[in-house]
Amino acid sequence: MTERRAAADAIAQLEVGPASAGPATTGPDTAGAAPDPANLACPAPIPERARVLLGHGSGGRLSAALMHDVIGPALAAAAPAGPLNDAAIVDVGGRRLAFTTDSFVVSPLEFPGGDIGELAVFGTVNDLAMMGAQPLALSLAYVIEEGLPIDDLRKVTESVARAATRAGVKVVTGDTKVVGRGAADGLFVNTSGIGLVAPGVAVAADRAAAGDVVILSGPIGLHGIAVMSIREGLDFEVEIESDTQPLNALVAAIVAACPEVRVLRDPTRGGLASALNEIAAASRVGIELREETIPIPGPVRAACEMLGLDPLHVANEGKLVAIVPAHAAAAVVAAMRAVDAGAGAVEIGRVVADHPAMVTMKTIVGSQRIVDMLVGEQLPRIC
Amino acid sequence: MKYVDEYRDSLVARKLVAEIHRITTRPWALMEVCGGQTHTLVKQGIDEALPAGVRMIHGPGCPVCVTPLEQIDKALAIAARPDVIFTSYGDMLRVPGSSTDLLSLKARGADVRIVYSPLDALKIAVANQDRQVVFFAIGFETTAPANAMAVSRAAALGLDNFAVLVSHVLVPPAMTAILESPTCQVQAFLAAGHVCAVMGWTEYEPIAERYHVPIVVTGFEPLDLLEGILMAIRQLEEGRAVVENQYARAVTRGGNLAAQETVLRVFEVGERTWRGIGTIPASGYHLRPEFAKFDAEARFDVGDIHTREHPACIAGEILQGTKTPLDCTAYGVLCNPQKPLGAPMVSAEGVCSAYHAAGRGLAAPTAFPLYDLAKVDR
Amino acid sequence: MCLGIPGKVIEIRDGGPLRMALVDFGGARKEACLAYVPEVQVGEYVIVHVGFAISRLDEEEALRTLEMLRTLDELMVQQELGAMPADADAGVAAP
Repeated sequence: MTERRAAADAIAQLEVGPASAGPATTGPDTAGAAPDPANLACPAPIPERARVLLGHGSGGRLSAALMHDVIGPALAAAAPAGPLNDAAIVDVGGRRLAFTTDSFVVSPLEFPGGDIGELAVFGTVNDLAMMGAQPLALSLAYVIEEGLPIDDLRKVTESVARAATRAGVKVVTGDTKVVGRGAADGLFVNTSGIGLVAPGVAVAADRAAAGDVVILSGPIGLHGIAVMSIREGLDFEVEIESDTQPLNALVAAIVAACPEVRVLRDPTRGGLASALNEIAAASRVGIELREETIPIPGPVRAACEMLGLDPLHVANEGKLVAIVPAHAAAAVVAAMRAVDAGAGAVEIGRVVADHPAMVTMKTIVGSQRIVDMLVGEQLPRIC
Repeated sequence: MKYVDEYRDSLVARKLVAEIHRITTRPWALMEVCGGQTHTLVKQGIDEALPAGVRMIHGPGCPVCVTPLEQIDKALAIAARPDVIFTSYGDMLRVPGSSTDLLSLKARGADVRIVYSPLDALKIAVANQDRQVVFFAIGFETTAPANAMAVSRAAALGLDNFAVLVSHVLVPPAMTAILESPTCQVQAFLAAGHVCAVMGWTEYEPIAERYHVPIVVTGFEPLDLLEGILMAIRQLEEGRAVVENQYARAVTRGGNLAAQETVLRVFEVGERTWRGIGTIPASGYHLRPEFAKFDAEARFDVGDIHTREHPACIAGEILQGTKTPLDCTAYGVLCNPQKPLGAPMVSAEGVCSAYHAAGRGLAAPTAFPLYDLAKVDR
Repeated sequence: MCLGIPGKVIEIRDGGPLRMALVDFGGARKEACLAYVPEVQVGEYVIVHVGFAISRLDEEEALRTLEMLRTLDELMVQQELGAMPADADAGVAAP
């Protein structure tokens, strides 16, 4: 067993909870950390701190927890200060360079409307665009599972090339590794990207202010449902495709219409709800949505009803949320609608000073309900 | 969506709320049995839009929540076996057993698969003759026909690698147990619409009469719930106590006879333990002796199971409706959807999870402060 | 419990041991078992739970309920609570 295989195996064996060795006995859980005197009456719950779960990658609360509790503290000494954004801004002699990285682990590699190659390019291009940056160049790294058909690899790479051309960016460097069977779900792709932020543009998650308007670029839920529809154990037919597409042209139009745009965010894993919650927390503001304005295509709603999922938690790959000062809202929506990727742009809510870090939505009986982040993995339910 | 959207009409909803306010002259306590109904009530803020004196007590209508800890621990023991493909509805994956849960076992390498329908579990058994396929057959009467059909088909196919771990519970005995309790405050019920679509409502007539409680068979959309509440309060105000059917588009008095027939061919009624409540006689289904070979509990030696509930979890009282999550010291503090102590916090239909998702009783926003690094995952 | 949603039967598949159908839930389509609603025909609606149709949706009853709900006595409600809110954004007037 090679070193790489062993490491990959270790990652693949990640789990949660103490390995139960025999019957549990009554009484407090002694398998956990030393008892906290402040909590003596309440022993530690089932520890999820021991190992990583699939849910830690789903973009919701568990992911945020992993960052907050583990990765963040460990990297603190080597990381710059500042809020969590889609890409980092690095100052290079007066110019601002946006820098981001992302890994793509979708299975199957191909899904209605796209493949992992497109996702990998557009995902990184969009992360740069969300900082108001025009993408310049991408890197491409493969971790390939032994046994992947060469044709598949070629197809994905050709798709990467087409996607990069469409986004107006070049793939300038890369890497390839092969791991043993079972260690990489076919193919893992990582792309990193750099872009330039124009002077005067300062888009960041913590810039939303009370009174701002929240604009959504189009219908939500398409990517997540398209992928789910071909997932084993769930298969259903929907006439929808993933919405994966580059958003840099759309962002350019937004910035041209309103250089003071405050926040841009593409709601990927975790859905619209998670993205808005992150922004609300970063900016320490509240966000209020109007349910009837949020565009959800019929088939997405139907699939969500069928599986018991919330459309606000379903992943998107070609949508963005723009938060702009109220006076510019109409102009921005018009500018977005003039671009293909923004054809369905619509105002969906407001930023408010009330209930900071919380996102609410008006219900049909007129009360406000809280729109929470996704917790862990989105699981279909019967209840 | 047809037959869904119409029942979410905002204007009609507010008219119904106004009408409920108009006819209510006294405080009333109603219980909605079904977890799906709880979910809609809380998510749409319907319970908060009702007149101040009208209280919705949330019933034990979440099969995920009431599945006994012992059954979960047995499921975990079976799922951990390398020769087993363990199949389950998605709801059960995160429910905590005494020391772990199915999702964690899956992360540890166990072959745990989510299925949408029990027929999918059968397909897996047919396609994997060299492995044992076990299906976690939980649910109320609504799900029993589907689970029964899977067993029936397995018998017809002569499968020897398919087994079910049964944990079915029945609604009427639970309602009776609640009504018999000295601390019972429930004055009217909203019966579970889909349970009644299968079983009809004849079993509820003696309960309405004996305990003098109105019972309204109710659907799941916001307008259904509002109309059901309106009908129940009308009866209470008028001193009547009969069974009425709000969900007429899906429920008939006799129910679905074909489904009932298959259920009773495969299952028989027996006692069941309800997590947090205790053992209730004649409150669940067990496999009939003719189908005993498909019983996972018999096929797999699940060994010594010592169950251990979390001491801070008051799920029992919550399931009986005598307390709400707001009365729980662990709620929102030690117990939340990421680290649930008990089933009602895990299940999407559980009361605690519904409350938490709606932010009720949570002192501060449950958001994480930011970190100083670029976003790591997508 | 019991996530059951209404769908339209668009194709019946009688080939196997169980009567199956392709059901359309307003844009998402999935196969469901019709064994428990043997009388249902193409074009009719059923309530589906975990891949099984458990009930035939009675469209007449559905229409009747909706009609009744829509004609809730506006006048009576107005008298009790004051004017009804005119648009979807206003909240409910306090009793």
